[in-house]
Amino acid sequence: MGNAQNRLLKIDDIEAMAVGTWILGTGGGGSPYLNLLNLRELYAAGRAVTLKDPMTLPDDALVAVLSSQGAPLVGQERLADPAMALKPLRIMEEYLGRKFDALMPVEIGGGNGLHAIMVAAATGLPAIDADAMGRAYPEAQMTSFAVAKLQCYPLAISDIRENDVVIPKAHSWKWMERTSRKICTEFGSQASTCKAPRSGKEVREHGILYTCNKAISLGEAVLKAREKHLSPVDAILDECDGSRIFSGKVTDVERRTTGGFLRGRTTLDGLGDYVNRKFDLDFQNEFSVGSENDEAIVMTPDLICVVDSISGEGIGTESIRYGQRVDVLVLPAPEIFLSPRGLELVGPRAFGFDFDYRSYFKDQR
Amino acid sequence: MSRRIGIDVGGTNTDAVLVDINGVVGAMKSPTTADVTGGVRQALSGLIETIGPCAKNIDSAMIGTTHFVNAVVQRKGLNKIAALRITLPGSASLRPLVDWPKDLAKVVDGGSYFISGGNEYDGREVVPLDEEAVVSAARSIQNNGITSIGITASFSPLNSSCEDRVAEIILRECPEMRITCSHSLGRIGLLERENATLLNAALLDLAASTTDAFRTALDEVGIKAPLYITLNDGTVTSAKLARKFPVYCFASGPTNSMRGAAFLSGIDNAIVCDVGGTTADIGCLINGFPREANNVVEIGGVRTLFRMPDLISIGIGGGTIVRENPLSVGPDSVGFRLLEEARVFGGSQLTLTDIAVASGLMDAGDKAQTSEIPETLIEAALNSAHQKIAVTVDQIKTDSQDVPMIAVGGGAPLIPETIPGISVVHRVPYHGVANAVGAAIAQISGEADQVFQDLTRDAALAAALETAVQNAVKSGADRSTVKTIEMEDLPIAYLPGHAIRARVRVVGDIARRSKDR
Repeated sequence: MGNAQNRLLKIDDIEAMAVGTWILGTGGGGSPYLNLLNLRELYAAGRAVTLKDPMTLPDDALVAVLSSQGAPLVGQERLADPAMALKPLRIMEEYLGRKFDALMPVEIGGGNGLHAIMVAAATGLPAIDADAMGRAYPEAQMTSFAVAKLQCYPLAISDIRENDVVIPKAHSWKWMERTSRKICTEFGSQASTCKAPRSGKEVREHGILYTCNKAISLGEAVLKAREKHLSPVDAILDECDGSRIFSGKVTDVERRTTGGFLRGRTTLDGLGDYVNRKFDLDFQNEFSVGSENDEAIVMTPDLICVVDSISGEGIGTESIRYGQRVDVLVLPAPEIFLSPRGLELVGPRAFGFDFDYRSYFKDQR
Repeated sequence: MSRRIGIDVGGTNTDAVLVDINGVVGAMKSPTTADVTGGVRQALSGLIETIGPCAKNIDSAMIGTTHFVNAVVQRKGLNKIAALRITLPGSASLRPLVDWPKDLAKVVDGGSYFISGGNEYDGREVVPLDEEAVVSAARSIQNNGITSIGITASFSPLNSSCEDRVAEIILRECPEMRITCSHSLGRIGLLERENATLLNAALLDLAASTTDAFRTALDEVGIKAPLYITLNDGTVTSAKLARKFPVYCFASGPTNSMRGAAFLSGIDNAIVCDVGGTTADIGCLINGFPREANNVVEIGGVRTLFRMPDLISIGIGGGTIVRENPLSVGPDSVGFRLLEEARVFGGSQLTLTDIAVASGLMDAGDKAQTSEIPETLIEAALNSAHQKIAVTVDQIKTDSQDVPMIAVGGGAPLIPETIPGISVVHRVPYHGVANAVGAAIAQISGEADQVFQDLTRDAALAAALETAVQNAVKSGADRSTVKTIEMEDLPIAYLPGHAIRARVRVVGDIARRSKDR
């Protein structure tokens, strides 16, 4: 990944980023469309976002790590709103008695990638070109910061009403997840959060770097392919060194919103090269395991991306539906999650499956 | 197949066909009139004259119309609406109509009102409904002379009580107000559901006058058969329902023309190019049905979650206005006034029909009227129309191989013989009335939308499917042809006993008439 300079994002960059983050969301993180609409409004009102190279961050810079937490289905009924998104950031500043120098998304995937960009546009704070997942994940301990065992607290969480909570301390990342998830569920399974603040040094050393630019390039590749009538799906595979593992029609979707998550399973019937085959995808906000004949052939932390077979547009676990024609792609996981500590936090066992991670890419070689 | 009359009311022409088990029995084309009734009456009288009085002895009349989509595309005939959004304190930054084309929003926008209330996914109230705010909004809307309201509350597809209560308060304050509630139209996805609701609310005036005009025309020519209106998915509904939910009839024109093209040509996989009076619609036919748009679909630039054929409309048709110096072809059209305004019909407006007649592609009106059109203009205008069609074909195609095209619609002669990416252009008999043929062969649907408790998910879906199939058969579908087009379930967290709401929609061909008729 090239060393990006600080730069002012144009609205075209943000349009492309919305396409890229939705694919990298692996079904989760919510659709970026509502954040994109807010950003169009903010840009039309003269706001703009500076994307900052993490290498230019001073060691002691104070960086806010932002997200919208909850079940993606709820996000479709409760429209993204900058005023709600920046509330926990202000509460955290008040709690710390110190102003933030910059902000970053906890996850680049889905709406959360643009959520932080939206807050950057609304506040004028620069956005750091990095995140802590390189994709999207459902739980707070599934981050590169948790892999590095950085401090997990404090955390500020707000809902659309006047309900704000600061969690000053938590025993571990898992406890922070459990406590904040309970609060989020009470808030209606959607809340804005400002997670444990990070120093500039921590972001540089333990963040997943240049993922905003990665999302922008990916989005540009898809948009360019569409314009030239080339396959946008092939463009994604080229851009991200991925593989196509299935192509078919959605024949069943089972979904339930429980414990603050959207969980379920979807089944595809093969088309074209995959005819007479079936494929199952399990999800907990994001697609976690893909299997054929009850045998898992692709699994987290590899990215399982479900996209529209024709347009290459990402498809979320909350919007996938009967009759859609989709391709299932697998993209390589960020290195940091392949370590023993990484796999403990985001491997298949962390999602309740009784088997160990097998890399799709190693199997192929 | 039973005996049915299919009618297509387009922006320019009204077509009527009689279809029975042997195929198309007869067809008649007549100009659309401003009052709609006149055109339908003329087409039907013409059909009865050609075929004989037995044409009146039919099982059903199915009407498809592009009136609603044309109204949105041309921003004409829409009524002003007020939007009530019941989501505060949430969803406040993106106002209703936020992602509509600006000129369309301006035509329909009669004010937006944000009100505290709505539900959470688990059935709880977000905050108590602000009933006083509803009352004051209702009064303000009435004072502004607005007569149609769209109401959207968060999570209404799972719990409609908030929208129902708001509708009740508004009707108490303003008994004449027409109300579209979002839960009756859409799924989860507040903005897209609100868009569909507001589009529907903006079409109510037109829906009332149009469906009345249809029934009047049938009565006037003595056809007593039940009247159906065709829907976006190639099925039909009663005129009464269509009047309330015109947005469901939105894309029926293209669906009908594509299904009609498949029926007339016997080809099930092709690009279909339907050139009407106002627009050319280009779509992709797969196994006899239009390829559906996968995700959100835009109607007249408005994002919704409807199931629609994936097609592109461009302003190329027989009535498209041609101007010179500088040359422009469309996108505006003389529409149903073609037979008065085009030069070949004695008018003064230069249209693509005049160009086609002058070049010998089409035979209509008085060719002598075109003698003054310079050769260079004819060539340049045709080139421009061909170019626009070719560009759109390229956009809709997803296959890099050459594919066949079926050319339909009254303006089919405007389609060139050779188009890049197209192997052959098929021209078929009755091509000019493909829409009406598609309407006549429309299918019957059956739906089930029920809440089940204490059943497994599989058992609940199976029960809903059986109900949907039974409903379709009861409405006249042939059981052996019924297939599922939609199946979804939503868990209802606030009811005990593992409650789920299952929704299934099936379609099937109309069953053949029993022998006693």
